[in-house]
Amino acid sequence: MSDINTIIKPENIIYKKTDVLSENELHYCPGCSHGTVHKLIAEVIEEMGIQDKTIGIAPVGCSVLAYNYLEIDWQEAAHGRAPALATAVKRLMPENYVFSYQGDGDLAAIGTAETIHACNRGENIVMVFINNGIYGMTGGQMAPTTLPGMPASTCPAGRDVSHDGAPIKISEILAQLPGTCYVTRQAVHTAANVRKTKKALKKAFENQAANKGTSLVEVVSTCSSGWKMTPTKANEWMEENMFPYYPLGDIKDE
Amino acid sequence: MRELKLMKGNEAIAEAAIRAGVDGYFGYPITPQSEVMETLMAEKPWETTGMVVLQAESEIASINMVYGGAGCGKRVMTSSSSPGVSLMQEGLTYLAGAELPCVVVNVVRGGPGLGTIQPAQSDYFQTVKGGGHGDYKLITLAPASVQEMADFVETAFDLAFKYRNPVMILSDGVIGQMMEKVELKEFKPRWTADYIEQNHPWATTGKKKDRAKNIITSVQLEASVQEAFNHKLQNKYQQVEENEVLFEETMCDDAEYLVVAYGSSARICQKSVELAREKGIKVGMLRPITLYPFPTRQLQERAKQVKGILSVEMSAGQMVEDVKLAVECKVPVEHYGRFGGSVHSPGEVVEALEQKLIGG
Repeated sequence: MSDINTIIKPENIIYKKTDVLSENELHYCPGCSHGTVHKLIAEVIEEMGIQDKTIGIAPVGCSVLAYNYLEIDWQEAAHGRAPALATAVKRLMPENYVFSYQGDGDLAAIGTAETIHACNRGENIVMVFINNGIYGMTGGQMAPTTLPGMPASTCPAGRDVSHDGAPIKISEILAQLPGTCYVTRQAVHTAANVRKTKKALKKAFENQAANKGTSLVEVVSTCSSGWKMTPTKANEWMEENMFPYYPLGDIKDE
Repeated sequence: MRELKLMKGNEAIAEAAIRAGVDGYFGYPITPQSEVMETLMAEKPWETTGMVVLQAESEIASINMVYGGAGCGKRVMTSSSSPGVSLMQEGLTYLAGAELPCVVVNVVRGGPGLGTIQPAQSDYFQTVKGGGHGDYKLITLAPASVQEMADFVETAFDLAFKYRNPVMILSDGVIGQMMEKVELKEFKPRWTADYIEQNHPWATTGKKKDRAKNIITSVQLEASVQEAFNHKLQNKYQQVEENEVLFEETMCDDAEYLVVAYGSSARICQKSVELAREKGIKVGMLRPITLYPFPTRQLQERAKQVKGILSVEMSAGQMVEDVKLAVECKVPVEHYGRFGGSVHSPGEVVEALEQKLIGG
């Protein structure tokens, strides 16, 4: 057995936590996708060298405390209003990089107007959209993206489309708007998908550097607590049920 | 060199904002204040001072754009009228909770509901008692002339940044729409990025290596932390109450009766005071210029001298509650006012004074 200290040397480092991620312990549940997406955004910010220029807009929901984890300046918005904040921040400081980070209830229910109009104006921002089909923080209520038949605490018998309408494919709607330049749907449940999501996030930030308009990266995610499944089961359930309704891949890339 | 111009109150707000070096205006059309954004769009300040002017999709969006801009340490503002300001209440409590400076103009119209586009003063409670949730206060300035519409823009921004608190300019449809001569101030440059970093180190301007990250938020999950923060806010409000009260008195020295009125109602009551004095009634007027903080102490002083006080507002009686609280039943306090879009005449005020306080 060799001493660990003989291995920990600069020349042996093949992977290192980016300094853009803080040392704070994540408050997210086991299996949650937020931590992975936070890490990917932090890595993109580090690789692009824009830590001192990036302003994040945090939502209301589980990621309300996202500002604890990325070492950048943050503003925490009222529920659904992140795109309005991001609009003003970017317009008043066009040299800075601005991204909003929102869940499905935030982006596709209470904040639908702010989302659509920020995209329609082609605000030169990145919108990161975590879609796990449920309200996590408030305890598993039905989201605008909850699948048909999927149970939630406010539809315990499962979403009844005749009563609640069908889950909204907000990314497809936003892709219709001339203001969006890039709309993509990704996931982070496998190593391959993590790499693809990182590439998507990087492209979104590069679009902002190129002044191309609004880039939206949807990440279809799990919520093992809200779905009442083990993390492993949640990943399987997501592949079997979420992906057919929310297929992965680029929806728009201009 | 004095620059005089004949302007509507709403136009004066816009012109003063450009000249004060305001960084951003975010608004949504609503009568009777739409001239604010129309004037800004016609003036194109983005070509001269670099001011951002943007029409939002709603008042909810515009107040949240104000939040975003204020969080960057920029001088940003919005304007609206009553139904639109109701929609902004969520944003206002978040701004107060995040301790963000900004200016909001309410050109009040009659309500409730969609109401009327005619002038009113029925948003007093919403403004000074906190229309949104939680224990917070808006510093509130009440202009009574087009000149004050112009002057108060800069005053409001100064107060907003001094206390890191939203400031409301509570106007009404009369002041917003009427035209008067205005003396315009000289153009002041917008703040530079360096100025903001040095003077507003809390602003989200991008995390530099030599400082910790800045976080603009109003969430405090621990009750003890939230309570401590609320104490901090209350201490701030106490400072505001001690230092920032503004009022104006007319013919109060020998007054036996006092009229209390603000905004356009105060303009009307100036004439009422003249008419009453012609009839031999010794009336004076106290005009609160700040509605929060309210000129409580000055009212207490005047209550020692007068036989009765008439609060005159274009509402069913809102400010009258603060007048009553101030004078603590030492003299009779009555309310008079037309409302729902109607405006009282100077003569009606004198009649009310005679009926409610003198003749009674």
